[in-house]
Amino acid sequence: MDENIEQLNRVFAALADPTRRDLVARLAAADATVGELAEPYAMSLQAISKHVKVLEEAGLVTRSKVAQRRPVHLDAEVLHLMTKWIERYRRTAEERYRRLDALLDHMTDDHRHTREDAS
Amino acid sequence: MITRQTETQIVAAEKVPTIEIIREFDAPREQVFRAHIDPELYAQWVGPRSLTTRITRWDARTGGAWAFANDRDGEEIAAFFGSFHEVRPHERIVWTFTYLGEPDGVALETVTFEALQDGRTRLRVLSVVKDFETRDGMLASGMETGITEGYEKLDELLAKDA
Repeated sequence: MDENIEQLNRVFAALADPTRRDLVARLAAADATVGELAEPYAMSLQAISKHVKVLEEAGLVTRSKVAQRRPVHLDAEVLHLMTKWIERYRRTAEERYRRLDALLDHMTDDHRHTREDAS
Repeated sequence: MITRQTETQIVAAEKVPTIEIIREFDAPREQVFRAHIDPELYAQWVGPRSLTTRITRWDARTGGAWAFANDRDGEEIAAFFGSFHEVRPHERIVWTFTYLGEPDGVALETVTFEALQDGRTRLRVLSVVKDFETRDGMLASGMETGITEGYEKLDELLAKDA
């Protein structure tokens, strides 16, 4: 559980940067080498390489050790974990609004306001 | 074709650090609005059932302020405060929200109450924070309460079967 939280914090921190979010979006389409990833940016290869390293440390991407090109590969599992995280937030909000549903159901007549023009 | 959306929807925007919550209620908007600005009513639903919401300041008017604390077994475990930037009856509440544990953090929240057909209401809560890290931290913070609520739900289900 705690490991999960730590990993998610790393994921969130990794994705807090717009360039890294962009890299993840591009890797969702296909694997790419650092060189290929760097092409559209006005940034040095080192800068992109650093970003990839952050993504790697967050467990968002892996780099194959075998192939010479060492393409960067997106780990969809971790993104899925994030989706689950948002789902948990959603459920918490849903629970809160179910309590509000119940309250609205129980509102007595003196709580029911007739439509008045707010002046 | 109108589809009736009852479950809460969450939108975490990609390009701006916001979270939007959208939820429909089977009650007129005057009532949903009232449940947001009447402190006694608000305290009844805002916090998880495992906690008591103790309102310490509440002036739900444009330019007013609010503060409340969450207690568990009589012990304060969290406190929050903010300002009512604008209270527009039955339509809109704009307020700020700060968790005392992170005094430098502040969310700007715009709550809108949209009247639907059949006396239903669509609630939208748009929260804006300063950066993505803060936004994502907010998304991650539902953890403990989410789990607590989950257990409570399970308890209820088990009690039903008994």
